[in-house]
Amino acid sequence: MRLKNFAKALILTALTTPVFASSQDSDHSDSDHNEHTTSHQNDAVDTKEEIKSYIMHHLEDTYHFGIWDAAGISFPLPVILLDEGLHVFSSSNFADDHGHHDGIAESNGKYYKIDHAKIYRTDAEGTLTYDSHHHATNVKPFDFSITKNVMMIIITGLLMLLLFRSLGKSYAANGGISKGVGRFLEPIVLYVRDDIARPNIGEKKYKKYLPFLLTIFFFVWFLNIFGLTPLGVNVTGNIAVTFALALLVFLFTNFTGTKDYWMHLFNPLGNAMPWYGKAVLYIILIPIEILGIFIKPFSLMIRLYANMQAGHIVLMSLVGLIYIFGNMMGGSLSFLLAFAISLIEVLVALLQAYIFTMLAALYFGFAAEEHEHHDEAHAH
Amino acid sequence: MDKLLNDFSLGLFVWQTLLFLLLLFLLKKFAWKPILDAVDEREKSIEAALKGAEEAERRMQALQADNEAAKKEAMIERDAIMKEARDTRDDIISDAKTAASEEGVKMIASAREEIEIQKKAAIAEIRTQVASLSLDIAEKVVRQNLSSDASQKELVNTLLNETKLN
Repeated sequence: MRLKNFAKALILTALTTPVFASSQDSDHSDSDHNEHTTSHQNDAVDTKEEIKSYIMHHLEDTYHFGIWDAAGISFPLPVILLDEGLHVFSSSNFADDHGHHDGIAESNGKYYKIDHAKIYRTDAEGTLTYDSHHHATNVKPFDFSITKNVMMIIITGLLMLLLFRSLGKSYAANGGISKGVGRFLEPIVLYVRDDIARPNIGEKKYKKYLPFLLTIFFFVWFLNIFGLTPLGVNVTGNIAVTFALALLVFLFTNFTGTKDYWMHLFNPLGNAMPWYGKAVLYIILIPIEILGIFIKPFSLMIRLYANMQAGHIVLMSLVGLIYIFGNMMGGSLSFLLAFAISLIEVLVALLQAYIFTMLAALYFGFAAEEHEHHDEAHAH
Repeated sequence: MDKLLNDFSLGLFVWQTLLFLLLLFLLKKFAWKPILDAVDEREKSIEAALKGAEEAERRMQALQADNEAAKKEAMIERDAIMKEARDTRDDIISDAKTAASEEGVKMIASAREEIEIQKKAAIAEIRTQVASLSLDIAEKVVRQNLSSDASQKELVNTLLNETKLN
């Protein structure tokens, strides 16, 4: 049973290993930077460089919530900085004359400017200095702003609370049968319980991990789906978000690890071999096992991040192609392709949430495992 | 990798961690617990209902078997009663037959006796009648002034013979 699940997980891993889009590790060339500033003047994004920079900008977090940036429809969000004191101001302070957030914001006698979606402290003129990698060398204040992504996390959290609270309440009101939107959500909750948590963690301990697995599944799924809406959010395609999720999985795994889990890490062979035999093997085995503790959540982080990021890049590139072709043939072809990829992305949104949850459950299963037969062997 | 590290936003990471933990806590308390409890309870009640149905089925089968057995027993009993009744009937009939034949014999005997008595009485009566008839005849003969002795004698003999015959 455990082996079968493991094989399943391996296949899933192989299937979903991210295809890194080449544009992802794009360089911050000067032309890139300049293009995006010039593009503001004519407002039409129709050259290759402009589209590329537009995509890169879309993938990044922003300090305002843009509904339709080109038309200037956006909500300002609070900026919270820790820079020799607390600075709280609206992101609209960054707005320049054109409504773009390239201006200089002043707060308590300090000046801030956004460069590549990061806030830097500048002087009153907004001077930014760059190193050889075109990264700004200005002071970066500790930035706890409610950015677009944070906002989306809050919205998703509230939505989840609303949905699942109503589902939880509907049982008592209808004599143990869910009603309303819960009708749709309940089977998914049960699927996570019966097909992800139970087989991977085991009947005895799955209840401890289930709330975490449910939360992470729906959180990732909802945010993945939100990423496909025209709101243009890219929360699960952000490395900080996936890192936080993976870190929680890592901490939860290791803090709930049983004696058997740690024994498996530091004494994987048990009594199968005399100590001098093990000593030779363990020089290699134990470092690998320890590395494994970190690689497992690391793979979670990269897989989700890269899949969502790549999906957004592919989709936006295909949409961008319409403007590059600029004719009926190419445009409609790109549109059809983008449409098909969108449908696949809906599937990927669910699939990635499933894989993340599935693998987290598998790791929890390792942490929770207890070998009764070991004790029996000693007892007799 | 360089871009990844540069893009990493500490603020977003902190918010994500805090908000996720908060969400986890709130959902666990207000959503997952009631949902999973309700589902558990429902599953248990379904299981109990299924078990109950099974139990009822089994009990019904037991009941049916009981009924069958009772029916068989009743049939046997009925047969026994019927047989007994038949026997009783036969007994009664044969008893009655015996009694009737005995009675018959007795009746026949008493009838014969009666007949005998009646016969004797009748004979006695006939005798008296014959006597009176003879007397009448005699009287008639006497009254007739007998025409001839021979014929008179013959007549008397004839009358006497006739009387004897009677």
